[in-house]
Amino acid sequence: MKFDTPAGTNPIDTMKVIGQAVDRVDGKLKTTGQAPYAYEHGEIPGKPAYGYIIGAAIAKGRIAAMNTAEAKRMPGVLAIVSAENAQPLGKGSMNTAKLLGGPVVEHYHQAVAVVVAESFEQARSAANAVRIEYERGAGRFDLVKEKPGAQPLTGNDADTHTGDFAGAFASAPVQVDQTYTTPDQNHAMMEPFATIAWWDADALSVWTSNQMIAWNKRELAATFKLPPEKVHVRSPFIGGGFGGKLFLRADAVMAALGAKACGRPVKIAMPRPLMLNNATHRPATIQRIRLGATRDGKLTAIGHESWSGDLPGGGPESATQQTKLLYAGANRLTALRLAELDLPEANAMRAPGEAPGLMALEIAIDEMAEKLGMDPVKFRVLNDTQVDPEHPERPFSQRNLVRCLEEGADRFGWNRRSAKPAQMREGRWLIGMGVAAAFRNNINMTSAARVRLAGDGVVTVETDMTDIGTGSYTIIAQTAAEMMGLPVEKVRVKLGDSSFPASAGSGGQWGANSATSGVYAACAKLRDMAAQSLGMDPASAEFSDGRVRAGNRSAALAEAAKAGELVAEETMQWGDLGKKFQQSTFGAHFVEVAVDSYTGETRVRRMLAVCAAGRILNPKTARSQVIGAMTMGVGGALMEELAVDKRFGFFVNHDLAGYEVPVHADIPHQDVVFLDEADDKVSPMKAKGVGELGLCGVGAAVANAVYNATGVRVRDYPITLHKYLAKLPAIA
Amino acid sequence: MKAFTYERARTPAAAAAAVAGNKGAKFIAGGTNLLDLMKLEIETPTHLVDVQDLGLDRIEETKEGGLRIGTLVSNTALAADRRVRKDYGVLTRAIVAGASGQLRNKATTGGNLLQRTRCPYFYDTNQACNKRKPGSGCAAIGGFSRQLGVIGTSDSCIATHPSDMAIALRVLDAAVETVDASGKARSIVIGEFHRLPGNTPHLENVLQPGELITAVTLPKPIGGRHFYHKVRDRASYAFALVSVAAVLNEDGSGRAAFGGVAPRPWRVEAADAQMRSGAGAVAKTAFAEARPTHENAFKVALAERTLAALIAENRA
Ligand SMILES: Cc1cc2nc3c(=O)[nH]c(=O)nc-3n(C[C@H](O)[C@H](O)[C@H](O)COP(=O)(O)OP(=O)(O)OC[C@H]3O[C@@H](n4cnc5c(N)ncnc54)[C@H](O)[C@@H]3O)c2cc1C
Ligand code: SF4
Repeated sequence: MKFDTPAGTNPIDTMKVIGQAVDRVDGKLKTTGQAPYAYEHGEIPGKPAYGYIIGAAIAKGRIAAMNTAEAKRMPGVLAIVSAENAQPLGKGSMNTAKLLGGPVVEHYHQAVAVVVAESFEQARSAANAVRIEYERGAGRFDLVKEKPGAQPLTGNDADTHTGDFAGAFASAPVQVDQTYTTPDQNHAMMEPFATIAWWDADALSVWTSNQMIAWNKRELAATFKLPPEKVHVRSPFIGGGFGGKLFLRADAVMAALGAKACGRPVKIAMPRPLMLNNATHRPATIQRIRLGATRDGKLTAIGHESWSGDLPGGGPESATQQTKLLYAGANRLTALRLAELDLPEANAMRAPGEAPGLMALEIAIDEMAEKLGMDPVKFRVLNDTQVDPEHPERPFSQRNLVRCLEEGADRFGWNRRSAKPAQMREGRWLIGMGVAAAFRNNINMTSAARVRLAGDGVVTVETDMTDIGTGSYTIIAQTAAEMMGLPVEKVRVKLGDSSFPASAGSGGQWGANSATSGVYAACAKLRDMAAQSLGMDPASAEFSDGRVRAGNRSAALAEAAKAGELVAEETMQWGDLGKKFQQSTFGAHFVEVAVDSYTGETRVRRMLAVCAAGRILNPKTARSQVIGAMTMGVGGALMEELAVDKRFGFFVNHDLAGYEVPVHADIPHQDVVFLDEADDKVSPMKAKGVGELGLCGVGAAVANAVYNATGVRVRDYPITLHKYLAKLPAIA
Repeated sequence: MKAFTYERARTPAAAAAAVAGNKGAKFIAGGTNLLDLMKLEIETPTHLVDVQDLGLDRIEETKEGGLRIGTLVSNTALAADRRVRKDYGVLTRAIVAGASGQLRNKATTGGNLLQRTRCPYFYDTNQACNKRKPGSGCAAIGGFSRQLGVIGTSDSCIATHPSDMAIALRVLDAAVETVDASGKARSIVIGEFHRLPGNTPHLENVLQPGELITAVTLPKPIGGRHFYHKVRDRASYAFALVSVAAVLNEDGSGRAAFGGVAPRPWRVEAADAQMRSGAGAVAKTAFAEARPTHENAFKVALAERTLAALIAENRA
């Protein structure tokens, strides 16, 4: 099925099941510990052995010698695999550094060997007995130092120029020209990278934890030089990923190498202290933003340049993405520059581009509003646009940013905010409020599904879509239920298996809309088949309450499969509506903070997000996505930072004690409001994503609130107290 | 983790003898710190002597009117004890500011005092660390040092002692009771229990090999209002950037000890004497010899401001 004209009325519009706050269909499995995660599967051929990965002790250089003699003699050891004795590996197209390093070391904690033993403890102990000598090479670890040599990019990341930015900025009566920085960040998902791998002759099977099954299958095939049909990937439950599990990682490769070496299934869970340097992270950015406006508050010039770094051959953090689209203004400039760094591999983390981009842009907007003496909500409203400002012939498919801002301001009690900072006090606490716009593009991905109608009237959905804690199982069940006129209980959903049709997978907040659209397409086909089987006209058949009705005829849906199961498979493909219309999601974040005037400790007191993201498929799972994202935003604003050791080239705080993310006590009160929308230009579901939108802008809203509370503007994230302590109002 | 043997001692002296007679032996109590370090092979004992059957798990009143806290009293039980809450509030507050409920259930009094630093380079066995491997150097100096010490440190090591409980014990003038392999007991005042690193940062306290902590004693109640404020980047479950334990009197006099700043609970009695002149005067004396790095210089100001908050609260 191809979606190339705006959706008319369709069965989803019934919204009997879609749009309802249905409990998670997999909730009971998870709360009772019966949902097996990658490391826990028992369905494997034989007793597993355990792998322990050795990470490189240097960031750059070579392995001079690896001595495994002692380790090999240790109890229980079955195999030690390194580049010295591993089969030659290919490299997946999405990996920058090799997943098995050596003798060349590309980054700190790059996997250089795996020790396989009868028990986890034996493997770990033997791994510590492998002696490796390194020749340390010179590396580049400091973005500030490498910034001058950073290079422009092409394609989507090329510079954009609209009108005459330089002239308009120079002549603007009110200007902001500031530089902001965001640090390297880690996904810090709960479940570590984990895989059980085994070989059956030349076929490789894995239970793993991965967001993108089809990519994973392709990349495993490329790495082990296998035809893709020889690779079977399963990942039915995933304990979070946030982009960290988009790609094939070392756990799967090393488990497969270990399994090959010892002829048994091998399981590996990556220890947390290895994860932060071994795998990917969101790279740090340096962002310069220049805004020019007229005295009455119209933006005339918007310039956003961003620098980030990655290993040679890597990519940038596209932090200017939202700036192309968020505000009106005739003269514009965006530019990305990429430096080469020898830190671990940079890559996508939840809302790549927009998350750090808005952290900077939305402070700059706050600074401009203050310079203009305008309320920051009003200033944003005044500069709204309904068309793509770089290509005014392209309207937004639907854009309700203004309503998000205005409704949010109302609900939050924004009028109680003092425009002048450092005015509100409660005892020793300085109180402040901040706002920021949320913006994230909608992305549609090809997505296929298979649906089966059995004689008992149960519909089973099979697709390789993943549920990374987001609620995919539930919204897919709702979609099939709505399409087939069934209650959710009559739908079974099977996900995360590469033998199922390839879906959109989970990433870029494309999963919900794309994967349910794939299921929609398959169900549309199944409806036709069912109607035909019942001798009814597919065009006029209606499906509801477990029955099919056409004209004056009516039959139970189950009847249609009496003579045998009906199976429909279909793929949703996308036409050019995404080119004709800019498809994006919008929101407004409001935050109230209290800052201890003595110690500088910041505590977030209230948060509100108002989101406009098309049809909300399930307000309960969507709300969970947004409050989780807001929580992550607080982390990014106030504490998350991978501390770079610029001498030795690694992230020093590489565990969850050192890399702090918010705890419950940091998040007292969160509200989420979804505007009632349906966007007919994005998909038959009329839905867009929310999972990343919820993060976009949060950091700046917190930053702006801290400024409003203290009068101290911090432009370097995270906003930790040492950056403003000395500038707080004097204490008694 | 290296393979090790394990035994449960029956008497304190037997436990002490078992460790004193075996170079590779260590005591284990709650195991919340030791086992983590063993997994990373930062600690590599070959033999563990478990002290949990020694019956040292009671809090009793001393004849001096204070309390004797058995070394195996859990952090949870100690913080919840009615007498402690009433007369030694600073101790309860300090303990509950640390770790998490589950950890405090397992963590013991003696183990808490002997927990090792949280310096991130100490935890990464690829890095040079004089504390972990004497003579190998200190990767933290010149590196990421925001969390590390500002005073009492040396050119060999700038790590802090991470305990919250110990800061309160220091302000209360507690003492550590021990027994050695020969059954000989001694009492060490808390101010002399932890050593400064000098050029031997691996030696963290004055215990002799095999010397077993049996109890911590508190002198009789000192009155005053008890405060513990722990400043960190998130609201819970993090080690202190700076913490202040203070006991303040109505007339403004009092005493204070600082955590998160030094290799041992940091208290300077001469600084206490300035309490009525305010936090600035106290901090000036207490931190006169501070040698912060450029990343953690803020801790000195933060310590002063945190104490100022407590003084203001005491006045209010
Ligand atoms: C995630 C995490 C967070 C934490 N957060 C905090 C925090 O915020 N604040 C804080 O203060 N602490 C914190 N801790 C540390 C915790 O308080 C300590 O791990 C605990 O107090 C140690 O007690 P234990 O009984 O488990 O000691 P063990 O691990 O059993 O032993 C620690 C050391 O003491 C020795 N030892 C134990 N008993 C005796 C004895 N009777 N005589 C002689 N030697 C002995 C052992 O040989 C070992 O060297 C945290 C720990 C973890 C894991
Ligand atoms: S500060 Fe101390 S503990 Fe940290 S690396 Fe240096 S010597 Fe080791």
